Amino acid sequence: MPTFQDGFIIVAKRECPTCELLESVYAELAAHDVVLSVFSQDDPSFPDSLNDVIDDTGLENSYSLDVETVPTLIRWKGGKEVERAIGWNKTEWRDLTGINGLGGDLPENQPGCGSITVEPGMPETLAVRFGDTNLEARRIEVAAMEDDIEVGFERGWSDGLPVVPPTEVRVVRMLTGTTRDPAEVLGNIPPNLASCTVEKVAINAVMAGCKPEYLPVVLAAVEAALEPDFCMHGLLCTTHFAAPMVIVNGPITKAIGMNSGGNALGQGNRANSTIGRALQLVIRNVGGGVPGGIDRATLGNPGKLTYCMAEDESDPIWDPFSVDRGIASGKSAVTLYAAEGMLGNMGDMSRTPESLTRSLAMSLRVIGHPKKIQAHDAMIVLSPEHLRVYREAGWSKARALEEFNKVLTFSGADFIEGAHGVAEGISPDRADEQVSKFKPDGLNIVRAGGIAGMMSAIIGSWAATGERGSKLVTKEIGT
Amino acid sequence: MIESQILLDPTAEVSPAKRQRVTPPDSLEGKTIALLDIGKRRGNVFLDRLEECMAERGLTVKRYAKPTNTKVAPLNVVQTIAMECDIVVEALSD
Repeated sequence: MPTFQDGFIIVAKRECPTCELLESVYAELAAHDVVLSVFSQDDPSFPDSLNDVIDDTGLENSYSLDVETVPTLIRWKGGKEVERAIGWNKTEWRDLTGINGLGGDLPENQPGCGSITVEPGMPETLAVRFGDTNLEARRIEVAAMEDDIEVGFERGWSDGLPVVPPTEVRVVRMLTGTTRDPAEVLGNIPPNLASCTVEKVAINAVMAGCKPEYLPVVLAAVEAALEPDFCMHGLLCTTHFAAPMVIVNGPITKAIGMNSGGNALGQGNRANSTIGRALQLVIRNVGGGVPGGIDRATLGNPGKLTYCMAEDESDPIWDPFSVDRGIASGKSAVTLYAAEGMLGNMGDMSRTPESLTRSLAMSLRVIGHPKKIQAHDAMIVLSPEHLRVYREAGWSKARALEEFNKVLTFSGADFIEGAHGVAEGISPDRADEQVSKFKPDGLNIVRAGGIAGMMSAIIGSWAATGERGSKLVTKEIGT
Repeated sequence: MIESQILLDPTAEVSPAKRQRVTPPDSLEGKTIALLDIGKRRGNVFLDRLEECMAERGLTVKRYAKPTNTKVAPLNVVQTIAMECDIVVEALSD
């Protein structure tokens, strides 16, 4: 930490017209019997009127003094700051220095310029340079000739795609996205039950390609995954296809530019792609959940790289999914769902809700296996054109779900073991029962997609749902 | 001069910071062993003797060579060894 002499301190830069305007003021001050320390941020030969300008092109003094604007005039006494004037204001400078005629012919007021210390990217760089980050993570030195992208693969940090190298500057910048203490522990990440701090999440969010403003969403997703109800450990270990899918609701989806429109489940949007990836990288790197290790998926699914979408809340006909899940309207939230791959339903002839419900139910019936009953949950990602059919008929979401459950109730005879020549099935003694494909609350609807296309997506769940596996978990997104 | 770079460890930090070497196999039984001549003088003498010793023990040995010791092995040599063998021994001697 630099130390300063009692007296007056001026921080300036040649590039600033206000700083240049004050040449005569610097000379006037120097001519008085005062201790004057002048720091130049960009050119040690500036101000031209002084001989003993202190070179602060390394910015250590400016950073230590927390200067945001140049020129800044500080009165320093007894080892600490007493008073500060920002930019040029004749009265302020005269009061602060006690020199009545200071800057006699100059204009009364002239705003200053930005300090180099606050240029974009600079605060984080200086925090790292001057050891002010308080980051706890172990430092890994990468040799000069090593490719820092290859390091991510060689050390096993990658999901198979390149990761952004988590430099200290990038991690400090990522942490500006949250108000939370980097040392705060979120919980123990399965399968190794390793303690996970906000800082570790930030490191993995950097690697995933997140922007700092996505970090609160990633933190909420990690916290949701840690809820016992979500059963992340089991989901990770299963041979099934499933992976944690992140559904984001609320104003933050617009604020960070998430995509709930065309290609909502596809590629091309940074927030959608990297938030889901960050959750997976936390599980991989902090928790140790690695394919071939504890992750024994028979086939997996592409969503194990990233599986994240925002709900389209633009049509007020139905409440946002987060509101159904108990979050106050107008708040942002993530919901985690143990999801397998999606099944498209291209039903483009249904113009009544009755027909459309039956049409979608034909796809819902086969989720998990066409002869499985109440084994899997399902999520319908309803497109705008399908939603229009329900809206024009005045159907609420509850009414739609009730009708789905009606048309997805069948004679048990078709589902018993051996029926239709297929060994899979329910116990033969249920042949006379009426059986429902889904458990109560096992079917849910979110809205997303492009404005054209009478097609929706159906996303089945992990084979272990409800009490014996994973439940939906919703968390409000903090700051 | 290009400086080294510092990265922050994204893991739970339960393994050493330095990259670990691959653990040697417990046994050579049933393994195919590549003997790689890196192109340095008399390396072949060492590898010939090693091949004799391994053959006496009934091990499967295959021979490969780099065109020159001054450069890393060409990709096709590396890939061929990776596809055909479990273990590789390089002759580094002069």
